[in-house]
Amino acid sequence: MMNDPKQNTHLGKEETALYRARQRSRNKVLGIVLGSLAVLFFAISIVKIAAQVNH
Amino acid sequence: MDSATPLGSTVALPAEWRDFFALTKPRVMTLVIFSGLCGLLAAPGEIHPILAFTAILCIAVGAGGAAALNMWWEADIDAGMKRTSKRPLPSGRMDPTSARDFGFALSGASVVIMGLGVNWLAAAILAFSIFYYAWIYTVWLKPRTPQNIVIGGGAGAFPPLIGWVAVTGNITLMPVLLFLIIFMWTPPHFWALALFVQIDYAKVGIPMMPVVAGEKSTRRQILIYALLLLPVTLAPWWIGGTGWVYGVSALVLGLIFVALSIKVGLRESGPDDKMKPEKRLFAYSVLYLFVLFGMLAGDRLATVQGWQ
Repeated sequence: MMNDPKQNTHLGKEETALYRARQRSRNKVLGIVLGSLAVLFFAISIVKIAAQVNH
Repeated sequence: MDSATPLGSTVALPAEWRDFFALTKPRVMTLVIFSGLCGLLAAPGEIHPILAFTAILCIAVGAGGAAALNMWWEADIDAGMKRTSKRPLPSGRMDPTSARDFGFALSGASVVIMGLGVNWLAAAILAFSIFYYAWIYTVWLKPRTPQNIVIGGGAGAFPPLIGWVAVTGNITLMPVLLFLIIFMWTPPHFWALALFVQIDYAKVGIPMMPVVAGEKSTRRQILIYALLLLPVTLAPWWIGGTGWVYGVSALVLGLIFVALSIKVGLRESGPDDKMKPEKRLFAYSVLYLFVLFGMLAGDRLATVQGWQ
């Protein structure tokens, strides 16, 4: 299991900073991916609905 | 998610997003995206650009998922080869569970989105292609037979077929021929590489053709596949599925491929050989496929515009 660096006495300041930086970087990318997926699903829905209406 | 990289004595750093991206084999993915896009553009019929984008995205993400599963399974083998030892898993930048879960997540998501957004036949073929690469090739055939590359080539041959089916919703002879082109192209492409990295494969016990059957046999087989590839690439023109733009391109590109393969097929390497003909064939084979499929899409454009 991942230890929380806040509770871990083995981590120094620099290591904690590095740990947090990686977490932030990953979260940013995950946020962008999820946001893009939401936009894509919305666009697909509009295209599908428009196709049904035209039929 | 944990990482295998120790930090202090008890905490591991989370893997970077770049390492997850590296798991998808981005270089291979460019060829997958390109061949899938060309299959989609060459197909008769229309598809909304948003759905076309979705189809290509799903092909790419599915290929990335299969690649991640491949790296997860082959982490030990990758660690023993210079070419692959710096990948996220063998270098210890990521733990195997993260790689496995990432691979399954990408594979599952790509199939479901393809089915819901485009059509379920394309999704079914995508699912099979992932299974084909991750299980039939990686787990089953690669460690067992020197024909691994021949049969495994099928995995890379699916993208144009899926791209085509995304537009048409059915399978005809043309997309099967596109599949066959990549299927026949893979052995000479990969064996040319295997000839100049064969020491690595021998070290990790992968029965690559040069290791098992010897260099001479591999060279002959490269030449045979190159000769068989030429008529296969001309078949779409012959059956009337494409016009002369593609046909003439396939002929010229194919003759160069055969010429380079003859050089590789009929020579024997000496001690401290630089393997230049093999490296040249490998480099050309990548260019060959890009241009050939580009001309396939170009041919369709020429037909639509009434230029042929």
